[in-house]
This record gives sequence, structure tokens and C-alpha cells, in this order.
Amino acid sequence: MIEIRNVRKSFGETMILNGISLDVHQGELLCLIGGSGSGKSTLLQCINGLEPIQGGEILVDGVDICSKSVSINHLRRKVGMVFQQYEAFPHLTALENVALAPRVVAKVPRREALANAHRHLTHVGLGDKASFYPRNLSGGQQQRLAIARALAMEPRYMLFDEVTSALDPELVAEVLDTMRTLRREGMTMVVVTHDMDFVRESADRVAFLSAGEICEIGSVKQVMMNPQTEIVQKFLGRRSSS
Amino acid sequence: MSDYHFHWVMALRDLPSLLQGAVVTLQLTILSMIIGVGVSVPLAVMRWQGRGVWSGVAGAWVDVARNTPVLLQVYAVYFGLGAYGFNISSYAATLLAISFNNIGYLIEIFRGGLATVPRYQYISGRSLGMSATQAYAYIVWPQLLRIVFYSVMTQMIWAMLNTSLGLLIGLRELAGAAEQAQSVNYRTLETFAMAALLYYLMAKLLILGAELLYARLYGRR
Repeated sequence: MIEIRNVRKSFGETMILNGISLDVHQGELLCLIGGSGSGKSTLLQCINGLEPIQGGEILVDGVDICSKSVSINHLRRKVGMVFQQYEAFPHLTALENVALAPRVVAKVPRREALANAHRHLTHVGLGDKASFYPRNLSGGQQQRLAIARALAMEPRYMLFDEVTSALDPELVAEVLDTMRTLRREGMTMVVVTHDMDFVRESADRVAFLSAGEICEIGSVKQVMMNPQTEIVQKFLGRRSSS
Repeated sequence: MSDYHFHWVMALRDLPSLLQGAVVTLQLTILSMIIGVGVSVPLAVMRWQGRGVWSGVAGAWVDVARNTPVLLQVYAVYFGLGAYGFNISSYAATLLAISFNNIGYLIEIFRGGLATVPRYQYISGRSLGMSATQAYAYIVWPQLLRIVFYSVMTQMIWAMLNTSLGLLIGLRELAGAAEQAQSVNYRTLETFAMAALLYYLMAKLLILGAELLYARLYGRR
């Protein structure tokens, strides 16, 4: 379980997260939605320790990630992350992309790491692309590669930061399908997305962020079908009419 | 018509001593590049991040190394250290001075290269649990090296040619050996022409060696 307690984060004078509290339960898919600049992506980066927080605490499986005695590198192995930007390593083949972190960080022997990498590539439907360099893969394939790469560290949690936003529309489906597969397999996921169809179909719970605070949180039915606050009603209304 | 008559046979007798000098030149070049890359890479990273004492040190180093003649850098090390009682050999002085010069140029080369590797490459390495050093070593560095490879090669050739300044503090590297030989055999043009040819061949050899090393470490360019 990931427990987020009253987390505050600011860049200089600008408050980004203004006291966020939130639990991510084992096996659930939690979607974070909201307008640009509402703090959703920053919250994900804080969970993975990529951004320091100025107040509150974040516990992953009961361990405070900000504690000085905790190795953040060790903790990150539990929490995989995929970004909006295609960040496949261009100097490595797809297979090497996936095998790198297990070899370097987890010290898995080369042969074993490559075999595992092949399994993870197959899992995201890239089994036949193992020897390809990222420049020869489509955007959707690169994002699936990024997912396989994160999965190779055998994380307990996966964070997705607008992973389909930079993709051509016809490539979005293959990435979302991969995420749905993970969900069926019981992976705990936190997904920042603007894709409301995906939220309606796949999320267990939804949190709506605005100005660094959680406006509403609850089941898809509660938040998406029957929003209580005006700001969420407006946001969803604008989406569905567009 | 020129009155100069070429006597290659007389000059060729000094080829062995020129080759000895060439070995010194090669050693100095390779050692000064190893020191240069080793020191400039961490300084370039710190200068690129742009804060802290070491960023300032790197900036000052670049400034001094690039804006003063290499000859004066050689003199500064040899006579400067000598004035403070550190009497070092002309070999060590040349090595230190050329390394100093290399570091100044290489910091700027690597810093420019770092700016072209997207930040998310580093961040995604960290998000996979890598330490900062691992992310630089396995993700940023190989991409960086591909980008700056030929700039670094140019610097290496520049360093090799600059080692000839060692002759002014009495070092018998290739130019020094040629200088010495022609003062005895009086075949000035032939002797220096041989030296020039050897410099050219060494430059080709160094680049070929670096390309093979790169291919060995990181695969096809």
C-alpha cells in the first residue's frame, strides 16, 4: 500500500501540492485526473522520490521514502514508472533496454537478465522486436518498451504519467491494452491521464486534483457519473461535449 | 631552381632516434588524454549542473586553459613549479601542461554534449533504481560519447601536436629528436619532413585505435 499524508510541494514560491492525502490500495487502478498544472504529474514524481517534498510523508509498504535511512534507489525498484516522453535508451536494443537495470541495479547475471527481458518484451507484445533499436520502433511500441523495462525490475507498483499524450491517436489503443493487461494481472497502478474513456472503463477509483488539492475522490461511478463539486462537473462537462 | 640537394640516405640514418621520440610523443598523448577525460568528465557534469564550488573551478579552468598559449602553460608548469622548489622532469612537465590544456577544452566539449542528451534519459534511469553515477555511466555517457566522439578525436590530435612544445624545455619527443638529429646531420628539411610524416601517421593510428576501442565498448557507431 502507498500512503500519502498531507504532502506539500512547491517550486520556489509556487505551491504545487497543497496538502494531499491519499491511499493507494493493493491491486487497484487509481486514476488521477484534473487540468494542466493541477499537480497530478508532480504527485507521481514525488511518490517515486524524483521530486523532494517540503511537508508531509509518503509511505510505500509502510516505509517512509523521505527517511534518511532509506535508500531511495532501493525503494524505486518497488515502484516502476513510465513517462509521457518516449525515453527508451537509443543506444541499446529493445532487449538491452529491458535488461539493463536488472543487470546493473539488481545484479542479475547477464544470461538470466536477457532471458527475463525477452519474457517481459513478449508480455507487452514486442517479443519479435527484441533486436530492434528504439529509432526503428513506433511511438506506441516505444511506450510498451518503457513499460516492459519498468516491469523488469519486478515492481509492486506502477506509475503512469500521461503515457499516451504524446502518441498518434491510432497508437494509443495498443498502449492502453497493455495497461489493461497489467490490471487484469493484479498490478497496483496509479495513472495520470486525460483519456476519460480509459478512466471510465478501467479505473477502480478516481481522484480529481485542482490547484494542488484533491477535490473529489471515489469510485468511477461517484466521481465520473455523479460529481459533487462544480469544478469537477465543469471539467467533465467540457470533456464530454468536446 | 633551388640549390638544395636532398640527401635522404643521410637523414634516414637518424630514423631510429626519431622513432624513439615518436614513442615518447605517443605516450604523452595517450596519458594526457586519459588524465584529460578522467578529470574533465566529472567537472563537465558539475559545470553543466551549474552550481557549487566545482562548477566555478571548472569555469575558471576552461577560461585559463583556452585563453593562454599552450607554450606558456608548458613554461608555467616547468619553470613555475621549479621556482617553488618542485623540480620535475621535462617529461612530467609536458604531461602536466598538456593534460591541463586538454581538461580545459574537454570540459567544454563534454558540457556541450551533455546538453544534447535529453534530461528524461537520466530521470528514467533513476526511476529504475539506478544511482546517479550508474545513470550517467550506463545511459548518459554512451550517448554523450557518440555525439562528442570526433570533437574528442580532434582534441587528441591537438594534444599530440602540442607535445612538440616539450622540445623547448629539453624533452626528446619527436620534434625534439628531429631538432637534435638535424643539428648533427645538417639535413634539416629531410629530417623535419620525416618527423612530419611520423606525426601524420601517428594521428591516423590514434584515430583508428580510438575507433576500434569505441566499437569494442559500444558497438557500431
